Amino acid sequence: MKNPLDSLTGTIIAGLVITALHIFYMINMSGG
Amino acid sequence: MEYFDNNWLIFMFRWLHVLSGVMWIGLLWYFNFVQTPSMAKIAAEHKPAVTKHIAPEALFWFRWSALSTVITGLIVAQMNGYVESALAMGLTDGVLKHAAIGFGMWLGLIMAANVWFIIWPNQKKVLGMVEATADEKAKAARTAALASRTNTMLSIPMLYAMVSAQNIY
Repeated sequence: MKNPLDSLTGTIIAGLVITALHIFYMINMSGG
Repeated sequence: MEYFDNNWLIFMFRWLHVLSGVMWIGLLWYFNFVQTPSMAKIAAEHKPAVTKHIAPEALFWFRWSALSTVITGLIVAQMNGYVESALAMGLTDGVLKHAAIGFGMWLGLIMAANVWFIIWPNQKKVLGMVEATADEKAKAARTAALASRTNTMLSIPMLYAMVSAQNIY
């Protein structure tokens, strides 16, 4: 399987996914 | 003079933190968005201009600005009194700002460790600064490239967390 980090687009998408997870964590921590 | 109070001193360290951080992430993005994709298009006889001159110079500023970013960042967190709470991701005091900055701090620490313990030792082999066989060089290039890409990926949420801590919490 190709590593998503081999492409710049894959790298940026992976970074945005982690950002979304962080935002989800912050929303939960603030009580919604 | 009241202008130069403790807040000013904290701000000076924050300013140094941002200056160092711009240099670090700027060079990280230079490697990933400019240098690496261009290498395949450069004729073999011209590659040494990059590998012997540009890359070693860029790596020098890259690794030292990474260290400077971490040190000045930790000083700012310590002076503001939230270093422990931030490293606990705000779970010990429930403060959102500490959770956000803490998330960014952990990503930054992982990235700096990547620079010093993975990217730099492997790049030294790739660039011929330490002895390595052709096989070792190829392996080191792959490891360094993936670690660099990992840092590019992590720089996106890291900057979101750090800037949001400063602006929306």
